[in-house]
Amino acid sequence: MLKRFTLKTILRLNNLTKKFGPVTAVKDLSFTIEKGNVYGILGPNGSGKSTTLGIILNVVNKTSGDFQWFDGSQSTHEALKKVGAIIERPNFYPYMTAAQNLELVCKIKNVSAKNIDEKLEMVGLLDRRNSKFRTFSLGMKQRLAIASALLNDPEILILDEPTNGLDPQGIHQIREIITRIAATGTTILLASHLLDEVEKVCTHVVIIRKGEKLYSGPVDQMNASFGFFELKATNDEKLMSLLNSHPAFGKVVQKGEIITAFLEEPLEAEALNTYLFENGLSLSQLVKRKESLEEQFLLLTNQISA
Amino acid sequence: MLRLLNIEYHKLRFSKSSRVLITTYFILITFIALIASIEFNFGNVNFRLADQGIFNFPYIWHFNSYIAATLKLFLAIVIVSMMSNEYSNRTIKQNLIDGLSKKEFVLSKFLTVVSFALLSTIFLFVVSLILGLSFSDYTEISIIFSDMEYLLAYFIKLTGFFAFCMFLGILVKRSAFALGFLFIWWIMESIVRGVMEYKIFRDSNIAENIAQFFPLESMALLVREPFSRLNAVQSAATQLGSEITKDYSIHWYQLLIVMLWIVIFVYLSYLLLKKRDL
Repeated sequence: MLKRFTLKTILRLNNLTKKFGPVTAVKDLSFTIEKGNVYGILGPNGSGKSTTLGIILNVVNKTSGDFQWFDGSQSTHEALKKVGAIIERPNFYPYMTAAQNLELVCKIKNVSAKNIDEKLEMVGLLDRRNSKFRTFSLGMKQRLAIASALLNDPEILILDEPTNGLDPQGIHQIREIITRIAATGTTILLASHLLDEVEKVCTHVVIIRKGEKLYSGPVDQMNASFGFFELKATNDEKLMSLLNSHPAFGKVVQKGEIITAFLEEPLEAEALNTYLFENGLSLSQLVKRKESLEEQFLLLTNQISA
Repeated sequence: MLRLLNIEYHKLRFSKSSRVLITTYFILITFIALIASIEFNFGNVNFRLADQGIFNFPYIWHFNSYIAATLKLFLAIVIVSMMSNEYSNRTIKQNLIDGLSKKEFVLSKFLTVVSFALLSTIFLFVVSLILGLSFSDYTEISIIFSDMEYLLAYFIKLTGFFAFCMFLGILVKRSAFALGFLFIWWIMESIVRGVMEYKIFRDSNIAENIAQFFPLESMALLVREPFSRLNAVQSAATQLGSEITKDYSIHWYQLLIVMLWIVIFVYLSYLLLKKRDL
């Protein structure tokens, strides 16, 4: 837990850009990853999440910009030995057993092979250590990938869509493992298009859409908006005009009997009630709400398209 | 360097098909000894190949290098598939993510290629030595160890060929297509050579001079066919009124050309990998 307070930069991206021919997959992306936090990269499919991870993991060439692992004193591939990462599908040699595959990873990362059983145990695959990789189910493959990424006790664990394509039980197992790892203070970077996944495990989030960063910061401060009111009154017209003339409100929309008014500056429910009452209007319903993460996410990702 | 070889050895060790092919390859080399037992009986003429001097020192070095080199295709399959499987299993991606640099990746493959060539050369040396000691008419030390440059040529030739296969494996990413490409390349070389020889540069050896720079041709030239060097064949040719005048020796510039190709193939493999997004 102490780690969380010693702010140490693990990864820094500066104006990273990647073009695939005429398509810009990642556009001017900058963010920083500090030690001890759990980060989520959130974006719809095809928003450039995997490309970004590919660049920092040395498998995709950047077009411009740069990135820096740790303090930047090491080459990328040396730095990657201190990173554990799995991207997209788990990639292993099908003809080797689980343990043999992990031994190979140990050799590449230059770490001792003594951790193998411990990590296999952690992901619940110890009893399958001598089974060939090709006999594994997708969920088992994914868990083996996590075990492999943990072999070097990494400074940061990078996971790209770890639950993609898994059945509910598999998803549950993976999430449980991630939560357990996060609890040990390991920095995690989790790319996903699933909101609740990010909401459940991450402390910080970077939202990207079409390769552009929309937001980065703590999950709970994700939306700059101040929430909204759901109101109901017998005199709709008067309520609308009163809301429109109040400086705190931006958009006001009527949907059936409910009028939704979005705040542009903080306003307490009590203050609104008083204001309306003083202007001769009684409400039959007053609810103040904040957008759920999903609504915030949709709000953010649609902001620019308008 | 040992770490890279160790990584590659680990990848090959558990692959059944690679193991089978490699073992077959080395067993087949020992089968050269079986040539000794080839006998023809035309009526009352008894012809035994081993008695024709094919196992005489130093000729045996040339003969065996040539015969053994024809078997290189077995290892070529192993090399092409060890390259392309990294693509089809997408393990190359994982290797790089785990902290292998692209340079190290190519180097680990090239070191394996060199080890294969070296192992094969050593193996051939041992087999030939044993065969020679059993059948050769001359067993003086100075004769045994003369003409050893054929083994060097054999080593360079194999390394060159395997480096070519390695490059094709990275270029094409599919083992079957890479081997097909190799075959097509060979045909192309023959066609270009033929066109030059019989159409463009008739009655001169310009075509030959150009063709010796082609990758496969340059490798083939390193160890030329040894059969026409045999006494029996030579005398038969003389009787027919023609004389075989061929240069069987290995020239330094031929070695240089192949070594240059090795450098080119390894560098191109690296360049290709560096440029590609995986």
